[in-house]
Amino acid sequence: MNLEKVIFAFFIVLALTLNFGFFIGDMDDPNHHNVYELFAALVVSLIATIMKFGDRAHIGAVLLATSLVADLQLIAAVIVWTMAVHASDAGLTPSIMSSIVSLSGGALLANITSVVILVTETVMFRR
Amino acid sequence: MHNLLYLLLRRMRTPLIVVILAYAISILGMVLIPGMDDQGNPWRMSFFHAFYFVSFMGSTIGFGEIPYPFTDPQRIWTTVAMYMTVISWLYAIGSLFSVLQDPAFKRILRFTTFSREVKAMREPFYMVCGMGGAGKLVVSELAAHDIRSVVVDRDETKIQMLRLEELPIHVPGLTGDVTDTSTLLAAGLKKPQCRGVIALTGSDQINLTIAITSKLLVPERTVICRAEDHDAQANIESFGTDYIINPYDAFAKRFAMMFQSPSMYLVYEWMTSMHEAPLSEFAAPPRGIWIVCGFGRFGKAVQQSLSFKGIQTVIIEADIKGTEAPEGAIEGRGTEAITLHEAGVEQAVGLIAGTDDDANNLSIIMTAKKLNEDLFIVARQNLSTNDTLFAAANSDIAIHPGRLIGQRVVDLITTPLLADFLRMARDQTEEWANILVSRVVGVLTDKPPESWVITISTKETPAIVHLLRKGAAVTLGSLQTDPRDITTSLPCVALYLKDTDQNEELLPENDKRLDIGDQLLICGQPDAETHMRWTAQNLHALIYISSGSDSPCGTLWRRLEARKQTGTQISQDGT
Repeated sequence: MNLEKVIFAFFIVLALTLNFGFFIGDMDDPNHHNVYELFAALVVSLIATIMKFGDRAHIGAVLLATSLVADLQLIAAVIVWTMAVHASDAGLTPSIMSSIVSLSGGALLANITSVVILVTETVMFRR
Repeated sequence: MHNLLYLLLRRMRTPLIVVILAYAISILGMVLIPGMDDQGNPWRMSFFHAFYFVSFMGSTIGFGEIPYPFTDPQRIWTTVAMYMTVISWLYAIGSLFSVLQDPAFKRILRFTTFSREVKAMREPFYMVCGMGGAGKLVVSELAAHDIRSVVVDRDETKIQMLRLEELPIHVPGLTGDVTDTSTLLAAGLKKPQCRGVIALTGSDQINLTIAITSKLLVPERTVICRAEDHDAQANIESFGTDYIINPYDAFAKRFAMMFQSPSMYLVYEWMTSMHEAPLSEFAAPPRGIWIVCGFGRFGKAVQQSLSFKGIQTVIIEADIKGTEAPEGAIEGRGTEAITLHEAGVEQAVGLIAGTDDDANNLSIIMTAKKLNEDLFIVARQNLSTNDTLFAAANSDIAIHPGRLIGQRVVDLITTPLLADFLRMARDQTEEWANILVSRVVGVLTDKPPESWVITISTKETPAIVHLLRKGAAVTLGSLQTDPRDITTSLPCVALYLKDTDQNEELLPENDKRLDIGDQLLICGQPDAETHMRWTAQNLHALIYISSGSDSPCGTLWRRLEARKQTGTQISQDGT
């Protein structure tokens, strides 16, 4: 067992699960989407990205790319949330909430791709 | 480039994760810890406020307790967070600098820069391996001739010296193992712009490796190789290396020529002398007994060619057994009066200080001059840093192997026709050489002659090609006429002509008719080349020279001229 691989896979899967946890629920209901969960999803996603830094294999490059996509989507979601709460009078309206959730849905897709690649690589690894 | 980025990212992995964790923990803490607003109501920071606060705290900007003054639990957490974020930043920045300063990283950075520079080369260039005396000379002379080159050397200081030298064009340099194929590939071995590989390192074995690598990978690439040992030379020759230069043999041959044909020697010296080097004064060496100090590769080569010319030699060598010196050799270094005395310095006419140690050679010269003032002295100089010392020692001939090699290489590259000319000249008589010397002396000032090659082609001599295509004849004489004054000719001598059928002609005459594809080797004063090229490119100058009159250039004037001529004809007919 390789500890590095364990931590690597841990963060990638954790990024996916947290992302999923935030995403699930009614699209436009703020009560179904926890801000702490979004925060955790973003932090874990960033860490997962950095874990993929410096991997020269082709599969590593693809993993890095999917991770960067997830970061970008989550950061966009966070910015929308911040703007809605702090920089506009409207607050967290259902339409804004659904756009935040759909952004995180995009990140979820990227994270799923990451995990699929990770699993594929593990299956191909015959040792 | 990718290599560099990957290395940097890989090394920055842990520091960046530490920074993110420190931030995440601090922010989360700020959000979770209860605070109080200005009315005393319980209040909690939102993620936005927490991120804002931690960002300015972590970067030590510190705007204060925003938006409301903190409660004590918040202050306790801020104290923890402050140290956490600042230390994580210091750690990250420290790691970044240590990566940038890392010798391995720097080496990769330089390698990447070098490869990029070589990749971007669009002009033809030469690859020079080894930046010793010879390499340095080759690089600076090529730069003076506007020929690009790239340099590889094992020694970092040599490459740094290259950067300090103010060459007129940029010469990329790389510190690397030249026996490593990847180094040669990075230096552009496989690039079509690479015209040739020049192996000039101090070791025959390394030169051999470079030559064999380039001949295996790119067989058509020209390889010029330095070799000092006959075994290595034969080995390098065996796989088709284009030019092999053995400095000792080269000098020995040249030296022997001085005895046989002084004028021929002078021709060789002139033709192969460096760019703007002082015109060497010639002194013919006397015949008689010669003392050779040092029987290494240099001594052996000189002794051999001297005995070939029937000149008696006495050898002084410290290690008689190791060098297999012939019988009658005297043991010693030659730096002591006793040894020189034993060798008969009083009766000798010449002395060759040919050890591989400059201090010893200088000492031999000084001692010998004291014993016999009239000695003809040949000094071997090993390091180019000792130039002033050898000039002060006042020897008749100073030979510097590195410089000799460098000069040969430069000649091969810049005037390839010169080798053909010298090969043909070698078979000529001493009288022929005398005539040539007097001709060249006739056009010279105090500077040494420059030699240059003119090829009759659309690119180089459009005017000549234009006239030839029209069926007109252009002679060598018109090319040698001064375009500013057609009654005089340019201070130059045409040495050699080679046409497209490989017919060769030495010293072609002025009435020789030029043809497309002819290659001409000409020597003379440097500015003569400028005027000659002007004539070759400018149609009006050429017509003026061949006909002696200015022809009109514009369409209108040409018509007027034609009409005037017919008009004159009619009036002449009328009368």
